[in-house]
Amino acid sequence: MTPARYRDGARRIAPIGVAAFAFALSFGVLARASGIGSVEAIVMSATTFAGSAQFAVASILGAAGGVASAIVAATLLNARYAPISVSVAPVFVGGRLRRLLESQLIVDESWAMSRRTDGRYDRRLLVGAGLVLYLCWVGGTVIGALAGDALGDPASLGLDAAFPALFLAILVPQVRSRRALAAAVLGGTIALALVPVAPAGVPIVAASAACLIGWRQR
Amino acid sequence: MSTTWIVVAAVGTATIALKSVGPVLLGGRPLPTHLTGIVALLAPALLAALVVTQVVGGDEELVLDARLVGLGAAVFAILVRAPLLVVVVAAAAATAVVRALA
Repeated sequence: MTPARYRDGARRIAPIGVAAFAFALSFGVLARASGIGSVEAIVMSATTFAGSAQFAVASILGAAGGVASAIVAATLLNARYAPISVSVAPVFVGGRLRRLLESQLIVDESWAMSRRTDGRYDRRLLVGAGLVLYLCWVGGTVIGALAGDALGDPASLGLDAAFPALFLAILVPQVRSRRALAAAVLGGTIALALVPVAPAGVPIVAASAACLIGWRQR
Repeated sequence: MSTTWIVVAAVGTATIALKSVGPVLLGGRPLPTHLTGIVALLAPALLAALVVTQVVGGDEELVLDARLVGLGAAVFAILVRAPLLVVVVAAAAATAVVRALA
């Protein structure tokens, strides 16, 4: 392994970094409109670093929703990070503090990007991609919260469709085995069935249970 | 402390804990063998769920809109083995065009 892999992760995630930056701009603007201070919004992007949870908090607080419901909604949305972080745990190296810091670069996109087609994860790809996304996310929030948004609605640029396209492009080469295909179909079906009836976040966490079909007796 | 700061602190703490639970508690060691088969299937299951929720997910409802066209463009680009950049840009462009025409 060469240090160039950090760059590989950074380079490959770059187009998604552009989309993340645009969404961070709009998060900064939406947060201000929801009564969240700019410092609070920036600190939230730097510590939480998870788009859907942050948008949920802004919309709940903006609609005068309760503190508890904002915290519960955001935590549900991020609950998927528990299984995700377990899946990449073996590739993290160094002491606990380093692992704690590097693990904060785990987001859906950096995690997906770090998965090689042989099914192993690559820490350098994850860290390289995660750093780019982190800088785009925090930088976009700073500009959006302090200076407003010159791009307008990221949805009008179709940027919300960039994320599922990334996940699908990474998923397709991975479903060559029958078990992997079964897990993907089951996970997608669980999510589809729960989207209309469960709060956001729950469908994704529930879908992760599809991996239990890989259970083997010791 | 303002209510906003309480939310920022609580959500930040919860998310930091969720993201670090694996690397901090299990980091650097191979997973127990009975877990490896499960964890190997987590990616296909979760990636499929992320595709579904981000293409047709709404506020506790299924929403069929321009994102579906974007996903169709992505599927086409993947089938013709286009590079990742092209897949992502095709999805965004197709979605933007449909929204501009609507």
